[in-house]
Amino acid sequence: MLNFPRWKVWGITLLCVFGVLLAVPSLIPANVMAGMPSFAQQIRDKVHVNLGLDLAGGSHLLLEAEVADVSRQRLESMEELMRRELRRASIRIGEVSTSGGQLSFVVRNPAQLGEARQIALAQSQGGSALSATQDWDVSVDGNRIAMRQNQAGIARAIDEAMGNAREVIDRRINQLGTLEPTIIRQGSSRIVVQVPGMQDPEALKQLIGRTARLEFKLVAPLSEEQLRSGRAPPGIQILPYVENGQSRPMAVQRRAMIAGDQIADARQNYNENGEVAVAITFNSAGSHRFARVTQENVGRPFAIILDNVIISAPNIREPILGGSASIAGSFTVESANQLAISLRSGRLPVELHVIEERTVGPDLGADSIRLGVIASIVATLAVILFMLITYGRFGVYTTIALILNGLMIIGIMAFFNATLTLPGIAGFVLTIGAAVDANVLINERIREEQRRGRRLLDALETGYKEAQTAIFDANITNVIAAVLMFYFGSGPIRGFAVVLMIGIVTSVFTAVNVTRMMVALWVRRARPKELHI
Amino acid sequence: MKLLKLVPDNTNLDFMRWRNIALILSIIVTAASIALVSTRGLNWGVDFVGGQSVRVTFSQPPNLDQLRSRVNGLGLGDASLQEFGSPNVISIRMPLPAGGETAATRAASQVRAAITQIHPDARFDAVETVSGKVSQELLRSGALAIGLAMLGIAIYIWIRFEWQFGVGALVTLFHDVWMTMGFFSLSQLEFNLNVVAAILTIVGYSLNDTVVIYDRIRENLRKYRKMEIVPLLNLSLNETLSRTMVTSLSILLALLALLLIGPDVIFGLTIAIFIGIFVGTYSSIYISSPILVWLRVTTASFLPKDPVSRAERGPRNEGYDGAQV
Repeated sequence: MLNFPRWKVWGITLLCVFGVLLAVPSLIPANVMAGMPSFAQQIRDKVHVNLGLDLAGGSHLLLEAEVADVSRQRLESMEELMRRELRRASIRIGEVSTSGGQLSFVVRNPAQLGEARQIALAQSQGGSALSATQDWDVSVDGNRIAMRQNQAGIARAIDEAMGNAREVIDRRINQLGTLEPTIIRQGSSRIVVQVPGMQDPEALKQLIGRTARLEFKLVAPLSEEQLRSGRAPPGIQILPYVENGQSRPMAVQRRAMIAGDQIADARQNYNENGEVAVAITFNSAGSHRFARVTQENVGRPFAIILDNVIISAPNIREPILGGSASIAGSFTVESANQLAISLRSGRLPVELHVIEERTVGPDLGADSIRLGVIASIVATLAVILFMLITYGRFGVYTTIALILNGLMIIGIMAFFNATLTLPGIAGFVLTIGAAVDANVLINERIREEQRRGRRLLDALETGYKEAQTAIFDANITNVIAAVLMFYFGSGPIRGFAVVLMIGIVTSVFTAVNVTRMMVALWVRRARPKELHI
Repeated sequence: MKLLKLVPDNTNLDFMRWRNIALILSIIVTAASIALVSTRGLNWGVDFVGGQSVRVTFSQPPNLDQLRSRVNGLGLGDASLQEFGSPNVISIRMPLPAGGETAATRAASQVRAAITQIHPDARFDAVETVSGKVSQELLRSGALAIGLAMLGIAIYIWIRFEWQFGVGALVTLFHDVWMTMGFFSLSQLEFNLNVVAAILTIVGYSLNDTVVIYDRIRENLRKYRKMEIVPLLNLSLNETLSRTMVTSLSILLALLALLLIGPDVIFGLTIAIFIGIFVGTYSSIYISSPILVWLRVTTASFLPKDPVSRAERGPRNEGYDGAQV
């Protein structure tokens, strides 16, 4: 017991000092921090406890991708690709079908079947040309070639689309101003967006909820009956045309004259009639193409389609050569602005739905912090008082260990930039209450050994030694619960689990090593004959 | 200085004398809890059934009827309005609206707009909307986490002690978890994600006591080879009683501060742990220990396999290296 080497005293002291120092930046209030020199603020930026959205205020959105959307888009682009490649090879095809999630077509000339199959195989190679994995399964039945997306292909496509979507969302949120969003992919088809300080997530939801797939297509002439039946001939599709809140069907060419990914810039402005509009500028490839198609189709109406809804269908009065166009279509300034942002930041490769939303106002968060801090302090004082009247001198050691424990929890959280949530504060208070357990076990054991007639030193030695198994086993059960909580829990709950886990480690360290050191130093110095405990 | 002793020296209570009565009582109360949860049910929060919950602070106490009819007029289902802590703060709960996974978040936008229209001064403190899909996932993972925690801890106890102790731990946890659920069914406090976290905490902490007592039982089983199991359990319980009281009281003191002063938002979490600590303290004495009698734990259960080394070392303390000097 007395054998406490100097290096060990230094080691424990240094660890404690280090842990406490790490906690300091997080404990200085923000307004005091603002008046400190810049190096102090830099340290704070590196070492501090993050506040969760439930304390800082802000919005949490969980988005899920419409996965079927990805494979449908792939099917459409594969159809276009195959038509082009087969035309280039002068292979005539017919009876093209994309039903049932597979692309199939009949090769008119059976002699070309082998060649057509080679083309299909070449186009269905995924990833790099070298990897030679097939994203599509190609099968031949008579004269019919069928291409079906396989699981690996779909998974890769979704992964790519989600990666893109993450970047697009990042760009869109950045347009809203100086927010510091966290955008994380979760699982295969989800994205978590957290924006601290955002009070009203409506704008955010509008912005993320829109795919912003802009297309220009020529209006196709179709009889009223055909329109009403909803069955369009090949190459033509029927879309809703929303004008002044009324929706009616309108037929357009399936092939787009030009698509939104050829846009270089988009701004909200007013057109010549004074209506709110969105002015778009094409990139060079886009403007060439736009000039050519408008030249070829002067006098014909074309449709401007946003996310599969026609928003306006003007006539092409003259060729548009400047590479810019203005879209009007019952916008408000706000919605035009949002559309402009969405168009600028590129279209989402897949439709995203908000499936979970949690927003906390900053006032509620500030209240929670204030009450949480007061409760933590009162709890600590109550436990300290209890320990002092129960264990006297050893209660003082326990108190020192308890305070060190609290500071070290904050210090370690700051070191890892862990996030403190409201349940985390509860975890902190709970840990304060439970942290004394190791000391209680030791102290009670010492009391017991003294009652059995052991002398002071012997009782101390036995007390610390015998209590260890119980301390260890009792804490492991908490670790098991906390780990599962972290693994299965979401945001705030994880914050709770983090505090519990850190608290278990620090409380065992402070309660066992720190108090033991203090007891050893006291015994060595004072050489007490008896012990009141 | 006179130090406080919650449990006087040489206390010798005959805990085990009441073990059968306690068992019957525990079985009845646990069964009642299960019955209560399955008939009366829990007041599920949006986390687990989907829908939305909005908390609004008004500058003056609003007219609840007007507010209710306004929100119900949106045709999104029956809203339930409640004061939350103060008459100015209203919590609005709405069921999961029909119309796919995005319906809930769209409904939230509508409710927000409708309230702002009649009360431009309204401050939205918290908005939570959870779709049916997410709520099902949260429910499943919450139940899974609790189940795995119970099982994991029981297996750990089994490995560190003997199988009887593992079974004892599992039964104790089963009792504690259902008692907590029973309390939530009785009080109709909202059962949300925080409460699941609380139950996981209870699973960890209620076993704290049990483990400490088991540890002492193991030690005494090795020390007093001739003693009958019942008096041995009594001895172990009495020896650890002081520690049990001091630790439980200090946890309860800390939690009491949080209950009385802490933010309303985590009241459910705190009260759940508070109750759980009470229940856990009881069950570590009257469930974990008597089970060992019924499962026929004897001094032979811990006969050292290697008599010489075990006898010399006394209780095992391998595996712990946190504080060796």
